[in-house]
Amino acid sequence: MAANPPALTLKEQNEKNSNSTPESASTTDIDSDLLENFRTYQVKIDARHDKYERIVKLGRDITIESKRIIFLLHRNASGDNENILGQTDTKFKELLRTKFLPLAKELEAEDPYQYIKAYTFGVQEFIEAVSFYFYIKENRLVTLNEIQSMLNFKKIQNNSSEEDKTDNYENEYLVFVRPVDFLLGVADLTGELMRMAIKSISSGDVETPFRICNFLREIHTNFLGFGNTCRETSLKMLTMKQSLEKVETACYMMKVRGSEVPKHAIVDVLHSADRENTHFSSDTYG
Amino acid sequence: MAQESDLTLMFASFQKYLDSEREIREKIREAVNDLEDTAREVLTLLQSIHQVENHQRVPEICEKAKGYFSKIKEQYANIASKVPDNQFYRFHDHWRFVTQRLSFLAAFLFYLQHHGLICYEDTAEMLGLKVDRKCGFHLDLEDFLMGLLQMATELTRLAVNSVTAGNYQEPLLIKKSVTQLDAGFRLLNLKNDSLRKRYDALKYDLKKIEEIVYDLSIRGLSNKTEDQ
Repeated sequence: MAANPPALTLKEQNEKNSNSTPESASTTDIDSDLLENFRTYQVKIDARHDKYERIVKLGRDITIESKRIIFLLHRNASGDNENILGQTDTKFKELLRTKFLPLAKELEAEDPYQYIKAYTFGVQEFIEAVSFYFYIKENRLVTLNEIQSMLNFKKIQNNSSEEDKTDNYENEYLVFVRPVDFLLGVADLTGELMRMAIKSISSGDVETPFRICNFLREIHTNFLGFGNTCRETSLKMLTMKQSLEKVETACYMMKVRGSEVPKHAIVDVLHSADRENTHFSSDTYG
Repeated sequence: MAQESDLTLMFASFQKYLDSEREIREKIREAVNDLEDTAREVLTLLQSIHQVENHQRVPEICEKAKGYFSKIKEQYANIASKVPDNQFYRFHDHWRFVTQRLSFLAAFLFYLQHHGLICYEDTAEMLGLKVDRKCGFHLDLEDFLMGLLQMATELTRLAVNSVTAGNYQEPLLIKKSVTQLDAGFRLLNLKNDSLRKRYDALKYDLKKIEEIVYDLSIRGLSNKTEDQ
């Protein structure tokens, strides 16, 4: 009972209030209009969030699968090169079909930059994997155009399987690759190449490290040119430099000690030389 | 050797890309600066309604503020002309803040004139922007909602000041609008982002305005005006 009087007076006030203002005749209309408006906002925002989540999921799957491909490629030291490259090839095809195509469909008719944060890491990891594959296979750096055409689903030929035919390829789907993503992916590639160089030393390969060393030097030099124009790459430059120095030291060691120390022991020597650059890390696991 | 020059060529093309991006950004920033200047002018103008002596001159001030919006439309068109097609979100950060500020100002102006809440379409119309991304340079929905939340804070302040100025009806109207706004926002499922953070502050605005209405009603002030 005690709570009633103020509630009553408030109600009275409201009524009084509504009598005194001219617009108040349609108060309930305004109310429901407003809520109706907010319901449309709700639908829009929910749709946007859902899409974002779906893209994040695809992006994460792409990252994981690309990392697996990179690990697979690292196993080529056993000399089973053809086999591994073949396996990688099928894995790439699978990844493109099951992940990138749905991603491209999600992004159809959207501003490619709107959802970029949701999948940029996946794309970078993918670029790292593809460029690593290309380097092992053809000894060169993949180009942005080659990667973009992989992600352009108009150019994919149907492999005559029923499943593929149901996919509507008449529309052009594509996952847009920002040049910046490409640069960051290539920067990550240098870490993989460093690992490959060190590993090939321990398996007694004397050519590969020098070849990789030259390649890394070239990429590093080219990246230096970017300077301040690209903020994202400057962080990666530090890691890249460390990778390069590690490979350069390795090559130096091979030349100096190569004649006297057995091949498998050079790796140990390298590790002791590495104490100066203790803050060394491969960004593969980043 | 051929390979080396290929690589250098490729990186040179990236350099060109980065340079052109920087150029676009600079142009956009320049255009946004102009818009920010105008937004500041409108803000300053509308702030004057908090002055006690200006409480009677609200319609006049609103008319004056309204005059700025044609200039704002032009300035948005200028920004739009600097942004390449389909790259709205690439550069969105440059004008996000000022757009939120302007949708706040539009909503505030609308409230002062109609004592109601502006809708998305009307805000876009006032700023000369599109509602749908596909139709051209548009008003992002979240920016609009952010503007509404900023307005709630401003209205709460206005409630305090109108009481000081002897206008005891205004807080009741403001309470109604802010309550509606709260009910509306409750319908939204917000992620843990900046909009959500800003929305969390709405309850304090609502609380404050309810306290003002309470103060007025226990003293019986809400039924009369200063003149009575």
